[in-house]
Formats: sequence, C-alpha cells, structure tokens
Amino acid sequence: MEFQAKELFAKHGVATTLGVVAETPEAARAAAEEMGGVTVVKAQVKAGGRGKAGGVKIAKTADEAESYARDILGMEIKGLTVNRVLVTPATPPVEEYYFSFLLDRSNRSHLCIASVEGGVEIEEVAKTNPDAVKKIRVDALEGVTPEKAAAIVDEAKFPAALRDQAIEMVQALWKVYVEEDATLVEVNPLARLEGDKLEALDGKVSLDDNASEVRHPDHEQFEIREEADPLEAKAKDKGLNYVKLDGQVGIIGNGAGLVMSTLDVVAYAGEAHGGVKPANFLDIGGGANAQVMADGLDVIINDPQVKSVFVNVFGGITACDEVANGIVGALKILGDEESKPLVVRLDGNNVEEGRRILDEFNHPLVTQVDTMDGAADKAAELAHQA
Amino acid sequence: MSIYLNSDSKIIVQGMTGGMGAKHTTLMVESGANIVGGVNARKAGTTVELGGKELPVFGTVEEAMKETGANVSVAFVPPAFTKDACIEAIDAEIPLLVVITEGVPVLDTAEVVAYLEGKNTRMIGPNCPGIITPEESLAGITPHTIAGKGPVGLVSKSGTLTYQMMYELKDFGFTTAIGIGGDPIIGTTHIDALEAFENDPETKAIVMIGEIGGDAEERAAAYIKEHVTKPVVGYVAGFTAPEGKTMGHAGAIVSGSSGTAQAKKEALEAAGVKVGKTPSETAALMREILEKL
Repeated sequence: MEFQAKELFAKHGVATTLGVVAETPEAARAAAEEMGGVTVVKAQVKAGGRGKAGGVKIAKTADEAESYARDILGMEIKGLTVNRVLVTPATPPVEEYYFSFLLDRSNRSHLCIASVEGGVEIEEVAKTNPDAVKKIRVDALEGVTPEKAAAIVDEAKFPAALRDQAIEMVQALWKVYVEEDATLVEVNPLARLEGDKLEALDGKVSLDDNASEVRHPDHEQFEIREEADPLEAKAKDKGLNYVKLDGQVGIIGNGAGLVMSTLDVVAYAGEAHGGVKPANFLDIGGGANAQVMADGLDVIINDPQVKSVFVNVFGGITACDEVANGIVGALKILGDEESKPLVVRLDGNNVEEGRRILDEFNHPLVTQVDTMDGAADKAAELAHQA
Repeated sequence: MSIYLNSDSKIIVQGMTGGMGAKHTTLMVESGANIVGGVNARKAGTTVELGGKELPVFGTVEEAMKETGANVSVAFVPPAFTKDACIEAIDAEIPLLVVITEGVPVLDTAEVVAYLEGKNTRMIGPNCPGIITPEESLAGITPHTIAGKGPVGLVSKSGTLTYQMMYELKDFGFTTAIGIGGDPIIGTTHIDALEAFENDPETKAIVMIGEIGGDAEERAAAYIKEHVTKPVVGYVAGFTAPEGKTMGHAGAIVSGSSGTAQAKKEALEAAGVKVGKTPSETAALMREILEKL
C-alpha cells in the first residue's frame, strides 16, 4: 500500500511526504487540522485506479477531510474494502513523471522504466508515445552506481534543474529495491513541486516473499491481516499454500503445477455439471503426511461454498501408500467434522498399495477414481448434486 | 544419447549432509546414479554412508572435483546460502549445476544468472526437481522408478507435472526429463532444453510443459517455429487461475493481459505445437505422434 511504500522510501532517503494514516473520519480530521491548509485524503488499498474509483479527494478544510474520509472508508475498490486513508498536505505538482525499477523476467535481469512525459497516465503515454518511455537495463551484478544513475537520468531527459536531485533519488530508489529485496519499486507520480523540488508523491513496492522469509523478518509488519480472506489467514497460520477461489469443488494436491492443472481439469469437468468450479488452490507439497492432509482438509471443509473435495496426488518421492495413510489419518483426526464427499485420485509410486489402504478403510464419504480426468468429473458431479 | 546428463556423469552434492540432501542423495545412489561425494566445509575429510555407499565429504567444490573428477553438482543448500554455493560451483567451473533449493531470493538468482555469463557452467533451477536420464543418471529428486528409457524429451516448469507426464508416457520412455523450475528467473530455459533435444539424435519428439506467468512459453514458441524440426506437444497449466494471485510457484502469477495460459496456448499452436487441454489429453497427442514414428 502507498503508506507502506512511502515508509520504505523514507527509510532509504527517497524524498517523500509520509502523511498520517487514519482509520476513522475523526482521525482524518485531526490529521488535517494538524497539517493545516489543503490536504489530500487517499484510500489505502492494494489496487491501482484509486482516483478514478473516487478514493482520492482534495479537502480544503478539516471538515471536508473528515467528510471525505467518511465517504472513502468502507468503500470498495476493485473488490477490496478501504479500511484506512492516508492524509497528506496537498502539494500540487508542476510536472509529473514516472519512475520504476522492476524484475525483468524476459531478460533475467533488472529494468528501469522512466518517463518525463506524464506520471499517472503512464500506460496511455506508453501507447501513444512509446519513445517517451525509456526502458533501461540494469545489470544484476553492477547495480546502480552513481554513473549509472546519471546515465538513467540523462537518458530519461530529466530537466537540468532537477538533474542532481534525480540522480540522488534514482540511487535511493535502487537502495529500496536491493536492500528490501523488492521485485518492483514504482514512483507514480514522481513530482516536480514548486521551487524545483523532486518528490515521490505516490508509490508502490512489491517485496519478494522468498527474501522476506530468508532475511527480512521485519517485512511481516507489512502484511495486513484483516484484509486477507479468513480461510486464507487460517491456512497461512498452518503453513499451507492456499488460495481461496470462488467455486464449489475443494482441491488438494501436491506440487504447484499439478494443483494448477487440477483446477483446470475440474473447471472443464464442471461444464457438464451445472458449471461448478474449483473452490481453491491448495498445494500440500511433497510430504503429504496425515497432519498436513488433515490441516488442508480442515481449511477446505470449513469453506461454506465447498460441496465436494477432490484430493489429487501423484506419488513421486512420497509413495502412494504413505499418502493413503495420510488421508486415513486425516479423516480420523477430523472425525465427524468431515461431512463432505471426498474424491481421491492416487497415481504413481506404490499406487496399488495406496488404493488398497483406502479401499480397506472403506470410509462412506470417500470415492476412489483412477484417473485425474475421471476423478475431476466425479467431484464436479457430486458438487452439482449437493 | 540424452541431454546434459548421462552414464558418464559423476555427481557431487552440495549440502549432502543436511536433511533433504541426505534423503535425496540416498535416492540418487539407489537409482544407480554415480554419486562420488559431497561438499560441506565443516565436515571436510569425513565420510558419510548413504544408500549403502561410503561418500567422502570435501571442503570445497573445487577440491571435490579435483579428487573425484566430478562434472555435475546438485545443490540442496538452504535458500540463504544458495547464492554463495552457486558462485562457488561456477568458480570451480563445474559443467552442470542443478539447484533444487526452493525459496531462493529472486535478486540472488538474478545475480547468479548474471555471474554465469561467459562462464563454463550450465545451471538448472533453482526450485526445480532436477534432471533424469532414465537408466543412466539422476541429478535431482525425480523418482527414477516412474519411466524408463525411450524416445521422448521432456522439459517442464513444474515438478509434479513432470512426474505425471512421465507416468502417462511410461510405456514409451524418455531420453531425458528436465524440470527447469517455476521461479521468475531460472538458469536453463525452455529454449535451452528445446535446442538440446533438437540436437540429440535419440530424442524423436518433445513434450514441453509450461504454466502461467512471464513470457517464456511465448518465446519458446517463437524458437520452435524457427529452429525445431522434431514434433513438439505442449501443455500449459493455469487456465482458470485468477489474475493477480500467486499459485504456489513464485513465477506463477498472471498480471494484466500477459502471461495467461490462453495466450501461451495460442502462441504455441501458432508455432505448430499441438497443445493438450489436460495432462492426459497432452499425453494422448504425444501417443499419436509416437505411434506414427
């Protein structure tokens, strides 16, 4: 979110105005009073197009700030509820620019994108005047040296009056990118204010989860729990790789690729069964032991939308008999809580033994189907009937 | 024949004494792969018995290569140390480096990939199942029991989909199956593997498995159109994935209109690649091709 990006900007010496985060109209009013003069009240959600959605207002007085905050708080922008606003002094820009560093997957390196031809409308500029949007490759080993920063500023054609400030800011933004392990650091707009002052008026930072895990324990503060789906929050607590979707067939599988593929196969199968769809993505990884299976099932059956569950496991490193024992163990752990039909497809190492274990367990809610396509069809059928 | 890995491959394991490393070294030894030792600076000079084989532990990759003639390293080191382990192996000029480790910071991988430029090492991964040339060698975690030797070359972003596809086509078998990993930045790409399979006389047909995110499949499609004469069958996972949500693999995220499964499918089909809607349909398409060969 903007206010978090600005905190990271400030930490690394990028010129910006932090403002005050308010969760109530009264707090917004107090912030505006403190600042005096004209303020901007901005919705804080992880989505673009906040201005167009009515989530950014200029308030001439503290009264107005309060009333705008009342309108904006609780508003939905791209499906996200606004729970906080950022109040900042209004600093009308003389000119607006765009600047970002990002991971360039195609070139397996980093990329800098800069334009002095307009900030917030950058996508429009990219279409109508692509030459005005400079894309400059950054070598992953060399990074952004003072010389590189100067080269970027000159290539992007920043005004001479701002050159030194721009070089400094480019280096500071690169520090945010590298030292925080970001995959995107974006300033939009980067503003030229009265008196030729360069400032990051709005921004966005995407952090690399892997790096946050390995070397940035402090990044946890940027996760805002109440905005996560409650099932996703529960899954996260249990260390599960779960994404809530909007369907009726719960999905459990091992390996990200296989689970993604399972979602597709279920969606195709659903076309013949009233259009039922996958309810989630859940990758239980290679282990697939009883506890992980139980945790996964527990999250999925507590999703009120779920009518049936499809367990799709390929026994690779973990043989199918271990997976079958995991399912049996999970059903014992859950007991009567498990009340939704379960379609299980096992394939791979030791598949005969795995299937035998489930046959023997003979749970009334468990159906085994040998192929992925067949099992998806069965799970979709059961979800549709329910 | 095969690509990158064969019965002459001598393999060392970086991180052999850790949990994952020890478990999978055992499985690699059991598969018949020629594992010749491991690297752990703190345990240099000792030996470890894994899979019934007494394996020496060396202080550095360089030393291990000198003593054993190793030409492949498989890395299981924790993500925080993966970058240093890779740099060490590249400096020692190991010909093939397979990085299994999941969760490597992407800036670290970007640095390693930049460091590889002009060096003598091919890197596969990170966050991948590695590479198997059935009945010859295994450098990674792919179960060696799924399928035997045969005419199919397989390259995939996803581990379990690699296994699934090997299983579906086990009656035909594989020259080499390689999992390149689902991270946003990886060493060996689809294009690298396609080029190697095209040049491998034993490989008669190629299965390419992709997933949402990035434009690797689109670029592979352009490469196939220009350079690949062998039949290629494709599969892309993630048709129903919603925009903006990460699906397990760090790279598997659709942003805006780029990186969708539909766009990848269309690009591949435009290059003459038959694309299956599901893994089984993909296998069936490959079967048709193989039966005509």
